[in-house]
Amino acid sequence: MQKGLIFDIKRYSINDGPGIRITVFFKGCPLNCRWCHNPESISPKIQKLFTTGKCIACGECCRICPAQACTLSAQGVVTDDSLCTLCGKCAEVCPTLAMQMSGSYRSVDELVKVIERERPFFDQSGGGVTFSGGEPLLYPDFLVEILEACGRRQIHCAVDTSGFVSKETLLRVARHTDLFLYDLKMIDAEKHRRYTGVDNRLILDNLRSLAESGAMIQIRIPLIGGVNDDNDSLAASAAFIAGLPGEKKTVNLLPYHDVARGKDLKLGQVRDLKGLCEPAQMDLERAIDLFADFGLIASVGG
Amino acid sequence: MERGLHAVPQRKASAEGNFYPIKANAIGPGMNARIQRLRKLSVETEPSLSIERALHETAFYKENYGKYSIPVLRALNFLDHCQKKTLYIGDDELIVGERGPRPRSVPTFPELTCHSVDDFHVLNSRDQQRYTISDEDIATYAREVIPYWQGRTVRERIFAHVPDEWRAAYEAGVFTEFMEQRAPGHTALDGQIYRKGMLDFKRQIAAELAALDYLSDVEATDKAEELKAMDISCDAVILFAERHAELAEALAASEAVLQRRAELQKVAAVCRRVPAHAPRTFHEAIQMYWFVHLGTITELNGWDAMNPGHFDQHLAPFYAAEVAAGALSREQAKELLCCFWIKVNNHPAPPKVGITARESGTYNDFTNINIGGINSDGKDGVSDVSYLMLEVVEELHILQPGCSVHVSSKTPERFLKAACKVIRQGHGYPSVFNPDVYTVELLRQGKTLKDAREGGCSGCIEVGAFGKEAFVLTGYLNVPKILEITLNNGVDPLTGKQVGIETGDARSYTSYEQLYGAFLDQLNFFVDTKVRVSNYIDRMFAKYAPAPFLSVVIEDCISKGRDYYDGGPRYNTNYIQCTGLGTTTDSLSALKKHVFEEQSFSMERFLAAIARNFAGEEVLRQTIVNKTPFFGNDDDTADDIALQIFADLLAAIDGKPNVKGESFHLNMLSTTCHIYFGKMTGATPNGRLAGKSISDGTSPSHGADTHGPSAVIRSLTKLDHTMSGGTLLNQRFLPSLLKRDEDVARLAQLIRSYFTLGGHHIQFNVVDTATLKAAQNAPEDYRDLLVRMAGYSDYFNDMNADLQQEVIERTENESF
Repeated sequence: MQKGLIFDIKRYSINDGPGIRITVFFKGCPLNCRWCHNPESISPKIQKLFTTGKCIACGECCRICPAQACTLSAQGVVTDDSLCTLCGKCAEVCPTLAMQMSGSYRSVDELVKVIERERPFFDQSGGGVTFSGGEPLLYPDFLVEILEACGRRQIHCAVDTSGFVSKETLLRVARHTDLFLYDLKMIDAEKHRRYTGVDNRLILDNLRSLAESGAMIQIRIPLIGGVNDDNDSLAASAAFIAGLPGEKKTVNLLPYHDVARGKDLKLGQVRDLKGLCEPAQMDLERAIDLFADFGLIASVGG
Repeated sequence: MERGLHAVPQRKASAEGNFYPIKANAIGPGMNARIQRLRKLSVETEPSLSIERALHETAFYKENYGKYSIPVLRALNFLDHCQKKTLYIGDDELIVGERGPRPRSVPTFPELTCHSVDDFHVLNSRDQQRYTISDEDIATYAREVIPYWQGRTVRERIFAHVPDEWRAAYEAGVFTEFMEQRAPGHTALDGQIYRKGMLDFKRQIAAELAALDYLSDVEATDKAEELKAMDISCDAVILFAERHAELAEALAASEAVLQRRAELQKVAAVCRRVPAHAPRTFHEAIQMYWFVHLGTITELNGWDAMNPGHFDQHLAPFYAAEVAAGALSREQAKELLCCFWIKVNNHPAPPKVGITARESGTYNDFTNINIGGINSDGKDGVSDVSYLMLEVVEELHILQPGCSVHVSSKTPERFLKAACKVIRQGHGYPSVFNPDVYTVELLRQGKTLKDAREGGCSGCIEVGAFGKEAFVLTGYLNVPKILEITLNNGVDPLTGKQVGIETGDARSYTSYEQLYGAFLDQLNFFVDTKVRVSNYIDRMFAKYAPAPFLSVVIEDCISKGRDYYDGGPRYNTNYIQCTGLGTTTDSLSALKKHVFEEQSFSMERFLAAIARNFAGEEVLRQTIVNKTPFFGNDDDTADDIALQIFADLLAAIDGKPNVKGESFHLNMLSTTCHIYFGKMTGATPNGRLAGKSISDGTSPSHGADTHGPSAVIRSLTKLDHTMSGGTLLNQRFLPSLLKRDEDVARLAQLIRSYFTLGGHHIQFNVVDTATLKAAQNAPEDYRDLLVRMAGYSDYFNDMNADLQQEVIERTENESF
């Protein structure tokens, strides 16, 4: 049986589609957005996270490491990435969870069992499961298999995607998906490249094709102050969305929060977050009004 | 019983009763100026002690003890006080009557337990839950009251009797005893008093007296005395009301403002009508209940004051009729409800004796208004009055009365959502109950379907058949302490005293089953020790402190001719409240995994680490905390242990006979006792440090639930709640989870899910900045705090200090 690399499963998820949901986060993303709230989702490999504040310098990890990659320093445990084989033994023995492995390979059966535990909440709320990431479509065969398994159990399935995948894959997944949460960052191609590392032509084409296929779609727009919250940028997105075939799409605005920067530290990385800022309440309201001018219903969160 | 104040940091007394800074206007919250003034007076008046009742009672006892049977003596004593007591009708008041001579003034009850001069000085000067009393009053008390009651109080009689093993366990904090300072209570009323006045009760009593069969009923004489006492107590409350009518008339005569004069005349007319007769109007119905409430809490100081039960259901017919007739407006009705709410808040709990700071609790006397639910026919009980009450709760923000909403499968979504919006305000209430489950709990205990459906929750989470049952909470059981004693072969490691039985050296145990068996032996020993004394105490109250007035309003006491404390009510239940399921489960889970299964740490090392409060054993402690299956995460490994403990608590307690021909049951209530128990319990094998709170109710240990509310609910509902007399689940929510209207809808669905799965009670504490600051200082207790925003989530503990600070500021500004 195939497995998918999962870095988190969140129960009582109320921001990823209708009702009370469980969200399964796949690890690995073709985009590298500057503002990413979950930077551990980007690499498609298992990674080691280290939370300095939790380390009590007990040295258990250094003792257990078969590759001698961990050393205790004044700043806490330092891992020599050139030696580390990501075997995970250090995280196993770490008493404080300062050392954690992000990502584990899970089978469809395993995941379905966890998802099933939330069924009473789905039943009461019209919720279901959301596959998010990272990019779940990086694992198309696995994703289709689990979508089919959930579909057989009549569990509502949402897929949160960047849209940066082949059209065939997207449409294949669409046959098993009840709702897409489709991320749309911005229309300006150059800016898109600059902030996400990839071209957006494929994303926009795919969105149009997906809409043509009759799939249910909610558009998610991360709203980043100083990047895509200006009227021109918003109007371009709104015009594109309004022009999509099929029913009018609803738009969820996900305001950027700079609290996410704490996660970078755990990955031992530093990202340039200069120029990114949180949109003010006023900007959110302005954005909602602007979408309304295009006949689109936008709301914050979702 | 006490509500979930315990899951948030303890507040200072000054903060109680006024949960948030008043922004709205100069006076404070409230629908109009009258309510604002009444509320302000209630919130800002410092609680004080009144010695008036004690003086009346002492003089009466000196004069009359020995002349009458005990029930008649008690009734005459009550009548005497109603005749002489200082009355109070304040400006603006529409509902009248105070237990003391003025608002927030609390009498003492020296017949049960007599405060010493030292007690008064402590109460007068302590920081939290202070009660003021003048030096002059203390001197008078020392001269007039204290000498008479030496050796005569119920408390002294109890302590003179208790066996050594009981005393040792009590002092070690293995259990508490409710009735050593206050009378048995947790009483709620049904709808009788809205159909019958005291004159009707008197006719019923007279008929029973006339029908007594002295020829063949050996109890006829005792019954006659009890019935006479009930009759006198009816006269006492009628007289009490008449005196209020006279005072209102006198005030009206000298009142210059015409509107107020008319109000006082109305008050007088209402007091002439009730409680002698059944009420006819909404106003009379509320005043009727209030006089009955005052009567019962003046006669004695029963636990949880008194409760009107399904107050909205009782008031609904009056409201509907008068509104239809154009005699009452919605606003007038709401104003009367506000007046009533503030009246309850005017009555802080009577303070205990021998109080040390650690035992001091709260001003809350736990009157709990049940809103919504089902009626005795099983139909939806939500009415316009239910919504009015939710409005009152939301607007007034006062400590008392507590309120709970009752959500059955028949409860309309609109009502649940209205309640969730009040919950979102973050004051910890209303708590939410499931009538579909507690009806089954009551049925299982032998109530009829109709009586079970009319049941509800009286104070915290304990349920009973309203108006027909004495359900006596006998005290809390410190289950983690029992495990601690087990691990020490019957010795309390805090004092070195042998308090339990010898079950062997834990280091010699070769299997988890052996450990668990020893724990069960200790558990049974302590339960039996407690029950023996509870039974004795029950008889002490029946014999020496009967409550004839309370007996009038609880069904079947009159027809049986027996007192409320003597098996008079239709149903008579004793409860033991088991505390610390989470802590015990997690502790056993830790020992099972690390000592017996993985053998990664020896029992020797565990015990040594615990004895040193984990000093120098941080690796062990962190391993336990982070690498052990804990209760509340939908993990069967831990949840199965909880199930086993729950089953064995039931086996130890449920069905044990009480002295009223019925039986003991258990509930899983903790109130704030888990804090006291925590202080009496050393470090526990789940990594909890000595002195820290044990887990409350059936909630997971603080911070042990790291998989969100749905996982907690799945864990909790593995227990069969219908076997208990109530379970308790506190859930912490960050405001960010309740920001949007959709989030409130999710909360409603979460509640529905819990109840569909068989949950009894749930309560939400929307955390405030104080809680987040506490989490910074004690991260481990708050591992469950999940910060969520669209597209981002992280545990609060996992964030660094800067980011935590940011979250705190956002919470403060509600800017999530």
